[in-house]
Amino acid sequence: MEDIKKLLAKVAPGKEVAEGTQYPTIELEPNEVRAVAKKLKEAGFDYLINLTGVDYTDALGTVYHISSSTNKTAVVVLKTKTADRENPVLYTVCDIWKSADLYEREVFDFYGIRFIDHPDMRRIFLRGDWKGFPFRKDYNEVNEMPTTNVNIDDLETLPSITFDKEGKIVEKTKQLFDNNEYVVNFGPQHPATHGVLHLRVSLDGEIVKKVDPNFGYIHRGIEKMCESLTYPQILPYTERLDYLSGSINRHAFCMCVEKAAGIEVPQRAQYIRCIFDELTRIASHLLGWGCMAMDMGAITAFIYGMRDREKIMDIFEENAGGRLMPAYSIIGGLTKDVVPNFQQTISEFVAYMRESIKEYHTLFTGNPIATGRMHNVGWLTKETAVALGTTGPTGRASGWSNDVRKIAPYAAYDKVKFKEVLRNTDTCKGDSFDRYIIRLDEVLESLNIIEQLNENLPDDGVNVKVPAIVKLPEGEYYQRAESARGDFGVYIKSDGNKNPYRVKFRSPCMTLISALDPLCKGEKIADLITIGASLDYVIPCADR
Amino acid sequence: MEVKNLRVKSMNHVTFNDNEYLEQYVEELKKGGVNVAIGCLDDCINWGRSHSVWPLTFATACCGIEFMCVGAARTDFARFGWEVTRNSPRQSDVVFVAGTIVNKMAPVLKRLYDQMAEPKYVIAMGGCAISGGPFKNSYNVVKGVNEIIPVDVYVPGCPPRPNAVLYGMLQMERKIKLEGFFKLPKKPAITPEEKVWAERLAKEEEARKAAKGIK
Ligand code: SF4
Repeated sequence: MEDIKKLLAKVAPGKEVAEGTQYPTIELEPNEVRAVAKKLKEAGFDYLINLTGVDYTDALGTVYHISSSTNKTAVVVLKTKTADRENPVLYTVCDIWKSADLYEREVFDFYGIRFIDHPDMRRIFLRGDWKGFPFRKDYNEVNEMPTTNVNIDDLETLPSITFDKEGKIVEKTKQLFDNNEYVVNFGPQHPATHGVLHLRVSLDGEIVKKVDPNFGYIHRGIEKMCESLTYPQILPYTERLDYLSGSINRHAFCMCVEKAAGIEVPQRAQYIRCIFDELTRIASHLLGWGCMAMDMGAITAFIYGMRDREKIMDIFEENAGGRLMPAYSIIGGLTKDVVPNFQQTISEFVAYMRESIKEYHTLFTGNPIATGRMHNVGWLTKETAVALGTTGPTGRASGWSNDVRKIAPYAAYDKVKFKEVLRNTDTCKGDSFDRYIIRLDEVLESLNIIEQLNENLPDDGVNVKVPAIVKLPEGEYYQRAESARGDFGVYIKSDGNKNPYRVKFRSPCMTLISALDPLCKGEKIADLITIGASLDYVIPCADR
Repeated sequence: MEVKNLRVKSMNHVTFNDNEYLEQYVEELKKGGVNVAIGCLDDCINWGRSHSVWPLTFATACCGIEFMCVGAARTDFARFGWEVTRNSPRQSDVVFVAGTIVNKMAPVLKRLYDQMAEPKYVIAMGGCAISGGPFKNSYNVVKGVNEIIPVDVYVPGCPPRPNAVLYGMLQMERKIKLEGFFKLPKKPAITPEEKVWAERLAKEEEARKAAKGIK
């Protein structure tokens, strides 16, 4: 913490580092952001975790959470705001951190803040003809359900703003594709997009030249809804973001609220939460594995994956009550204790699953067709992974060690021994096969964690009494957790009321989708499917 | 033909909840009267139809995962002849709307439905498809797919268990078995909702043309 403060004093001289915040925070004027950001990047802060837009009612602003791929535990927060609500502009950082590209488009979509020199200021989630900016506190427009089958969005023209020679802001437009480019639409209703994603792919023969993802076909406005809900009411929505790592998201949100409200959760609850998190991770990886195999034409693998996934669903159902959405964590612990034979069921499952993984390898991993389609396809270097912020198994397959369970251990993860599964970067560069195999390896590692937790399950109750209305003290809170797809984050800004002022979920999937373009460039169109499957994104998580 | 006599594989009549809608159907059929030959043919064809319903893979959100579970090893809807999930609307008979439909997706769903060949059916799976579910108060979510397309069976839940989906499918099967195949509308009948759609469409089209003309 002290080193970071020193560093901040160096990169932003004369700025005060706010006291009493979770991470070192500095507030900047809009025109200072770029200079500070550049210096931070030079000092090694190359990973932009999250970029959040906030409406302060008298001003609109952004919050940057920045970390580093080398000094992994360090996180700094930058803040900036502009008082102009009519025509707010800020400065882009998307040339410094590539992942800011989509985040800034999101902020524009929600708050109407335009970023100077950002090359692409289209709306990201909502249709181009949407009236108003829904996340502003004074938003009261009514937008009717569109009825036309025709897509009236202008997806081709990229508006942007920049300074001209006199230093005045001018608007510019650019065409996304050239006139004679051959563009194929892929989705939104396509079995291999794993949800409803619309990709527009420009082709040269069979070779992909450019991929332009079009989000928003499942943008449900969860974050906005959260602003009018109480904290316990938000819990079910967290599970429905990335439904394949539902319990992990819910766990992360609970932890964020507990940390802010100073609630101490019993050890037993923490252990069980972790077991459930790992089970969720296994279930998600099994589905990811099955779907990836299915996308390559192997239905059998899908059936096998789902068969073993049902075993996990049974454990969920028996103990928590829900299948896909266990709804187990609540603020202060768990809804109820596990059933008496829980430990035995788990140890049986662990033994069973270890055998299954061997079977999977025999069944699919060595298959010449499968390996032929995965090896040397879709290379993601470590540098690109960090720049894009593609965390989770995808980042680790490229050799970027980014496991939040190791970096910032939460719940019971500091009490177990496990190794972070990484692919060796000398022999492989992070191709589709690495991303495929790392998931199966992670399942084995998760089994190790579960086994250790299960053997040492403490006995001190599963929840503490929490007042019916949880109020968080004024301030900002951030909690990271390792979901099945990467670095999941919860940002809560509270003004002391019973409902949050602003909630933002850092979605690991959005950055994964942004990796499609660099990964697919120069590959065949058919490989787009395998690459997409190997990234294993969940669209509702990206769209929120 | 009585609702009682309907035979649905591995489900007895008593296991279905009362279904006034089907009774009404039968009433209607009886009123019109059917001659023996056509009636028997109807039965034959419907028996075949109800056992080879091909769903469209249309999963937008969480419910889609449970839909995949229905298709996988444990519940396995192939037992009822529903196994071939099609990726093209032109080859499918039923669309499971599994997941939230948002404003941007609504036109796409409508288009998919329009592309399907008659006779076609819709099953709304999960709270979101029925009424907007947990996202009813959201600014961007359609409050139930029945605002866009007519729905035959509603399967509540968030998400519904695979067993519930199976039950919904069997209800659908009963419905198909009761229909008079030869009385099915040749051309898609225009429902009142569709009329409203068409009117709005025409209006929007005009407005767009006008806007273009001014430019
Ligand atoms: S009904 Fe529930 S589970 Fe189904 S799509 Fe909606 S939120 Fe997800």
